[in-house]
Amino acid sequence: MKEYETINEISGPLVYAEVDEPIGYDEIVEIETEDGRTLRGQVLESSDGLVAIQVFEGTSGIDLDASVRFLGETLKMPVTEDLLGRVMDGTGQPIDGGPEIVPESREDIIGAAINPYSREYPEEFIQTGVSAIDGMNTLVRGQKLPIFSASGLPHNELALQIARQASVPEEEEDGEDGSEFAVIFGAMGITQEEANEFMDDFERTGALERSVVFANLADDPAVERTVTPRLALTTAEYLAFEKDYHVLVILTDMTNYCEALREIGAAREEVPGRRGYPGYMYTDLATLYERAGRIEGREGSVTQLPILTMPGDDDTHPIPDLTGYITEGQIYVDRDLNSQGVQPPVNVLPSLSRLMDDGIGEGLTRGDHGDVADQMYAAYAEGEDLRDLVNIVGREALSDRDNKYLDFADDFETEFIDQGFDTNRELDDTLDIGWDLLSQLPKEELNRIDEELIKEYYDASEEVEATAD
Amino acid sequence: MSQATQQDAETGVIESVSGPVVTAQDLDARMNDVVYVGDEGLMGEVIEIEGNVTTIQVYEETSGVGPGEPVENTGEPLSVDLGPGILDAIYDGTQRPLDVLEDKMNSAFLDRGVDAPGIDLDKEWEFQPEVEAGDEVSAGDVVGIVEETVTIDHKVMVPPDYEGGEVVSVESGDHTVTETVVELDNGEEISMHQEWPVRTPRPAVEKQTPTKPLISGQRVLDGLFPIAKGGTAAIPGPFGSGKTVTQHQLAKWADADIVVYVGCGERGNEMTEVIEDFPELDDPKTGNPLMARTCLIANTSNMPVAARESCIYTGITIAEFFRDMGYDVALMADSTSRWAEAMREISSRLEEMPGEEGYPAYLSARLSQFYERAGYFENVNGTEGSVSVIGAVSPPGGDFSEPVTQNTLRIVKTFWALDADLAERRHFPSINWNESYSLYREQLDPWFEENVTEDWAEIRQWAIDVLDEEDELQEIVQLVGKDALPEDQQLTLEIARYLREGYLQQDAFHPTDTFCPPEKTYAILTAIKTYNDEAFDALDAGVPVEDLVSLDSTPQINRIGVQEDYEEYVEELKDDITEELRGMY
Repeated sequence: MKEYETINEISGPLVYAEVDEPIGYDEIVEIETEDGRTLRGQVLESSDGLVAIQVFEGTSGIDLDASVRFLGETLKMPVTEDLLGRVMDGTGQPIDGGPEIVPESREDIIGAAINPYSREYPEEFIQTGVSAIDGMNTLVRGQKLPIFSASGLPHNELALQIARQASVPEEEEDGEDGSEFAVIFGAMGITQEEANEFMDDFERTGALERSVVFANLADDPAVERTVTPRLALTTAEYLAFEKDYHVLVILTDMTNYCEALREIGAAREEVPGRRGYPGYMYTDLATLYERAGRIEGREGSVTQLPILTMPGDDDTHPIPDLTGYITEGQIYVDRDLNSQGVQPPVNVLPSLSRLMDDGIGEGLTRGDHGDVADQMYAAYAEGEDLRDLVNIVGREALSDRDNKYLDFADDFETEFIDQGFDTNRELDDTLDIGWDLLSQLPKEELNRIDEELIKEYYDASEEVEATAD
Repeated sequence: MSQATQQDAETGVIESVSGPVVTAQDLDARMNDVVYVGDEGLMGEVIEIEGNVTTIQVYEETSGVGPGEPVENTGEPLSVDLGPGILDAIYDGTQRPLDVLEDKMNSAFLDRGVDAPGIDLDKEWEFQPEVEAGDEVSAGDVVGIVEETVTIDHKVMVPPDYEGGEVVSVESGDHTVTETVVELDNGEEISMHQEWPVRTPRPAVEKQTPTKPLISGQRVLDGLFPIAKGGTAAIPGPFGSGKTVTQHQLAKWADADIVVYVGCGERGNEMTEVIEDFPELDDPKTGNPLMARTCLIANTSNMPVAARESCIYTGITIAEFFRDMGYDVALMADSTSRWAEAMREISSRLEEMPGEEGYPAYLSARLSQFYERAGYFENVNGTEGSVSVIGAVSPPGGDFSEPVTQNTLRIVKTFWALDADLAERRHFPSINWNESYSLYREQLDPWFEENVTEDWAEIRQWAIDVLDEEDELQEIVQLVGKDALPEDQQLTLEIARYLREGYLQQDAFHPTDTFCPPEKTYAILTAIKTYNDEAFDALDAGVPVEDLVSLDSTPQINRIGVQEDYEEYVEELKDDITEELRGMY
């Protein structure tokens, strides 16, 4: 291992150094400054005689006399089951004052792609206890389902609620199948306050002991953020595929991650893509999101719940847009619902879970699940449309049928969606509330529900009402 | 990918590495030659030569590769292996079989530097000759048949670049694909294996005007916006609007002989769904497993970006090979936007001058070259075959004015516009009937009129007119409400509602409704037309519109789709509607 004192340019987060031996792409670098600090970085570009180094901790304090050491290997994450319960900074160094981590193995943080042939299609339901998700946008093990939110909205509360309540049905039936639930929390550029909120909740609910936390805070160097999610996912893959855990990875906030990518791109004077983000952002995000999944013959699974805040509430912004094209659906947190006090303020209409259809139904959740969700979607969409009309002509001008749909839309929000951040609803309850709401509509309107199911549930709930009268 | 011969190997030295782009010095190479990069032998392709410096795009992750490592030239362009064993296979973007890779790497994760031939070179196939000694054969001619799968007879052809001549010997029976099965008098040896460079179209005699529809079993497509065998179609739509489901439906139910499905830069779990689903599904035409006619190419979004650029070419070359045998091939590419983005990414690493939105200036040329490889062809050997190309497009933010969508629309003749609003209200397939179009409609009508029903075009026009009228009326309804409209327009809205719910909507996940033959598509329209005609008669006779829109029988229209024996059901329903309406006056 050779040491160089050959830095000839420092620009933003990048350092250029002259070398006289070949240096591998992505290799890890240590830079020692005059005042004795050691900074870590990664090779971004390697050409004969010159390398570009991206310094994780930022370049402040580095001068042309700083010494550069190439470690000859790419960045590795030391992994072990003992990581559960630990809190690390954004580069994977423990900050909780606990014992030193004795790794069982060291894994390359740039994970290899899962061979599509070796994957197992995700179709096992995760109950989150949130009706808007369980009922209408079901999450399954091995899925990547982002939360599309914006500044000032309670996405963190929703993420915490899911982290707290998430359970898999089989876990309840027999806890002895060896698969346990673990939560990995990767924070990128969140504020100290937000971080405290998460940590307090983890500690209060005892969730910390089944969690691993990686925290890159708002005042930590931005470049470090490009590493944090990869450390989190490498740990997740290890726990899932080597130790049979069902791992839920919460990544927040992906917007900060993308900002860091843009910063590096700009420092390297790359040709920018849309809105200045690098042209390879799709590929880069895919190498994170695609690390969710299940593998044939392994017990565990990696499920991802990335959170991103849409700049200007605009879902055509490159960050939510590219994310939406990679992930298997999205959950929208809605400003209007939030100001109405609906908790959690999930707007189900633009939300979607692509893996829902295969993860629900007879034998998985309940036979009527799909039809009920479809019908509620259609009815709520119709009610929403009518609200615009009401603003112009008033309720009296609408037909009886239209008024029923309007009532349905209102009740849907107040009874189905609004459950509070502390209520954990069983799926059966969620669907029963759904039937209750649907029974406000005339039977002929339920054109998406199988006739047999209407007989079983609609008529049943009508009878109950009749006796109650 | 093809195991290119390595005799003229010329070795160079890596100069720099930046992601998938590597430059090498002293490499004697031609454009588009395949090279092996670094100590691990990662596969790459030459994309630029400038003086002594050669630029290479590498098809695998380049972490850890550094200057000074060797680069070895194979002297061959990127080629695919063609021969029996392609169907029922699943490849990555450079035709490496993923199941073989799993075995070789002994891991669920994709390792680097492992190569595998596109077809099994050791497996023996039974060769049934169609020629005998003394026959004259020329390039493209079929010399024998191999039963590749239960559905498809693989035709062994004289490679297109052979001269041809008189057959001097024929070896029938079991052979591996590399063994010679037919020998010609000029010394040319024909085996069951061919190689073909992916960026060169396979030759054909001429491209003909397509006149036969590619029946998809999807009502909105077959009924309103049909695509021809040999045609091109684009499916643009924002995320979540159902592109992939539509592509899957086409791959499952389209009445092509062969389906090549290219998953280009899409989700891993979606490819797994295809891999798990297709073997269990039956081909509606033959009853055999669907995989027996399918070749899958999976280059998921986290697999190397250069291989994403090549997977489209790998797919279309395989499609052309089966076309040469006289088959109708359908190629689904999901999604061409990811392919264009791969071009953009590599272009920007080459520091090329960007065109619109950072895409390279040659975007439009590449797209049209690709779609031009589709068509209904007369092949070199006299047979007719077709390649239909259906490309999904993923416009950022659902904005159809972006370069990939616009350049695609200039080329393709069928446009299925997916609509996020429709998807939000769970109207599936969410193909917008006002924006979509098919330029094949007139040219396919004669086929439908001959094979399905005489008034196919007429009743379709009626449906389109009603939907158009609804679109106009909806604008008024948004302002003043439905009850303010005259009675006949209120009735039109109700009829249009049945067209939307009972005809345009189709449940891809319902075992019966997922595939709807053209006869059934027509039957549903006739039921709605019956309601239309009878209801307007009743309206003329003075029956108030409130009664006409609240019949007991009409909601059954929405259930025709799920009926297996629909004929009787539709006839009864028509009678019920007629009876109910005539009873009112």
